[in-house]
This record gives sequence, structure tokens and C-alpha cells, in this order.
Amino acid sequence: MASTEQEVLEGLAEIVNEETGIDTAEVELDKSFTDDLDIDSLSMMTIVVNAEERFGVRIPDDEVKNLKTVRDAVTFIQSAQS
Amino acid sequence: MTGAESASSQPAQARAADAPKGTGILRPPTGAAHARIWGVGGFRPERVVPNSQIVELIDSSDEWIQERSGIKSRRWAGPNDTVVSMSAAAARDAIAAAGIETSQVEAIILATVTHPYQTPAAAPIVAEELGLRCAAFDISAACAGYCHGIAMANDMVRGGSARFVLVIGVEKLSDFTDATDRSTAFIFADGAGAAVVGPSDFPGIGPTIWGSDGSQWETIKQNESWTEIRDQGLAFPSIGMQGQSVFRWAVWGMAPVARRAIEAAGITPDDLDAFIPHQANLRIIDAMVKQLKLPADIPVAHDIVDTANTSAASIPLATERMLRAGEIPHGGLALQIGFGAGLVYAAQVVVLP
Repeated sequence: MASTEQEVLEGLAEIVNEETGIDTAEVELDKSFTDDLDIDSLSMMTIVVNAEERFGVRIPDDEVKNLKTVRDAVTFIQSAQS
Repeated sequence: MTGAESASSQPAQARAADAPKGTGILRPPTGAAHARIWGVGGFRPERVVPNSQIVELIDSSDEWIQERSGIKSRRWAGPNDTVVSMSAAAARDAIAAAGIETSQVEAIILATVTHPYQTPAAAPIVAEELGLRCAAFDISAACAGYCHGIAMANDMVRGGSARFVLVIGVEKLSDFTDATDRSTAFIFADGAGAAVVGPSDFPGIGPTIWGSDGSQWETIKQNESWTEIRDQGLAFPSIGMQGQSVFRWAVWGMAPVARRAIEAAGITPDDLDAFIPHQANLRIIDAMVKQLKLPADIPVAHDIVDTANTSAASIPLATERMLRAGEIPHGGLALQIGFGAGLVYAAQVVVLP
């Protein structure tokens, strides 16, 4: 079942927190994974795989580079769910 | 050509091929009941290259490299170190550790992707360096080459093709590395590791779980083919890697393979005395350990920290080091898994020599 934007954001924030220790409140829609949250490419892939499992979606390797902001990821996950 | 056309073109005096003579019965090859690794050895080039000597060309820092790979320094081959010379040195070390005479080696399997001749293979030249004229050939399975070699050597000893087999993993990746490539320049390094596999009274090499995924062949590869380099007048090639894709495959794709190797060996993770994965990247190793949920007290190879990624050489080099340092017990059980370009992989549980 499709999740709301808020549900995906909260889930994603928990995944980011688990991988990097970044406070969940810091994971906001307009933040950039690399520039604002300082998440490197390998941590990003761990977040992607954990998000796939949590939200029941598939995020192809080629798509990962397009997920620049938290909003990009939330939007992709929501659209993949629908 | 059809069978009928072939038959009609035979000289008149040739015997019709409708039935075999049936007079000769082949003697089957006879091998050992079991095989094990008798000894391991290694060769590390003298030249130590710290991150500080890498950073300028990739606009990076020691901290950046350590965060992404766990690597502090690596060894690069000197001007006189070749794939062949490094192999021979590692082989002599392994033969000494095994306690056999060099002349007892009946086959050499050499795993590499950096021997700079398309042909001949490096193995016959290594054999010559060792004073041998035994069977000698190279295999190309990249970072999984050593584990492929161990699988083959196990089958050869048990199948009767050779009593003692020398398995060598060797790379001179510095020859095929682009010093300005931010995804590989700090990863790749040089070295050689070797193992002697021979007959055993007990099973010393568990079943190998291996496979390939050619759909991802472009994930790690020589950037251009030899013919593209010739036809387009390109510079000497380097090996490129799509780090994120490799990371996903290596961690979430290989952890189940490692679990299957443990199950196939008829043991549980608690029985392991060591985990010796290919030294690709410390982040991969740590994530793989997490995925595998290995008991916390099992020593894990971290040779990558000051050796970096030596591809086919990394597992025997790490094994030799851990044994020498007393970190893992002789006679203990080690899970080893190689994975790399192809993409290909191989994993098995072995009894440590």
C-alpha cells in the first residue's frame, strides 16, 4: 500500500539515522544527501537497499545518482509504490 | 556438413564409423580421498605508498580515503617486480610453509588479470623460474581468481590430475590504474599470494559455491578493449569500477553466497575460526560481516588497511599474515570468499594449514 509523504520521510529519516547517526530531525525534504547531510556514496547505497526493503520498492543502481535531495528519494519511493 | 556428406568424403579404405572397436577400456584416474591446503605464502613489494602520495592527483585527503575504504597505505611493485617474479616469490614461500619439495608440485594454477602479455600465460614462466616443467596455466576470474583456483586444485588432487597443486593469486594493478581516477586510484595495489594444495586424510576444502552475472560485466572492467585502443589510438588502458553498484552486489549479493558456503560445508557460523573475504574495501568487509551476522569473536581479515586491494592476491596474502601473526589457528576453519569483475564469485570453507 502506498505510503504518505510524511510516512516515507519518517521511515527514510530512521534509515539515515541508523546508517550515519544523523538526527532524524535533520533529514528534511529539501536537504541534499551529499552537500547538506554529508552522506558518501557507499552509505547512500546502504540507505537505498534498506529503503527498498522497508518500502517494498526497487531502486535501480542507475537511479541512485538522481536522488540528490531527500525529496527526490521520497518522491521516487512514493511513485514506485503506486 | 552433414554426417552423410562426411562419411562419403572418406577414403575408400577407411573403416565405417558405425561402431566403436570396443577393445580398449580406460584406466580411471585415481586421486586422493580428500585435499587440503598444506601451506600459504606471500610476496609484498618493498615500496610502501601512503595515502599522502595518492591524494594530489585525485584532489583528496588521507581522511577522505580512509573514510571510504579503510586504506592507509598500499604496496606498489618496484621496477624489477613483475607478475612472474612476484608469483615465484610467493610460490617459494608457500612451498616452504607446506614442507614439500618444489619438485613435488605437479600443476600450477595462476590467477591474474594483470599479466601484461595476451599470450603466453604467466604460469609456465613461473614454473620455469621454479625449475618445473609441470602443467601450468592462468585463469581469469579477477578478485575471485584465488578461490576459483582452490576449487579447481581441490578437484584436481581428488580427481588424480595432480598430487600437489600450486595456486597463485597475483596482481600488478599499478600498471592498470589511472592515478587520476577518484574511484580506483586509492584502491588498487600490487602483490602475490600462493597456496599449496595436496592430498589429505580428512576434508580440508569444503564445497565451493560459485557463479557469475555477466549482465553486470561493465561494472568492473578494463575501460577499453585492446582493439579499441589500437583502432582509436588510445592510451594504455586502466581498470574502471562503478563503486556503488559493486558495493551493493558485494554486500547484499555475496552475503547469501557466504552463508551457502557455510551450509554446504556442513558447519555453522559458530564453528568458524576466521573470515577471510577478498580485501576489496573495508566498508564492504564491515557491511558483509553485519549482513552475515557472524559471531563477534571471529577474526576478520583486515589486511586491506596497509595492503589495499590486490585482487586475486588479497585472500592468500591476508591468510598468510593472520597465520604468521597468530591471529588465527593452524587447523582452524576459515570462510573465504572472492568476488569481482565478471561479475564472478567463489566461496568455500577451508581448513587453515
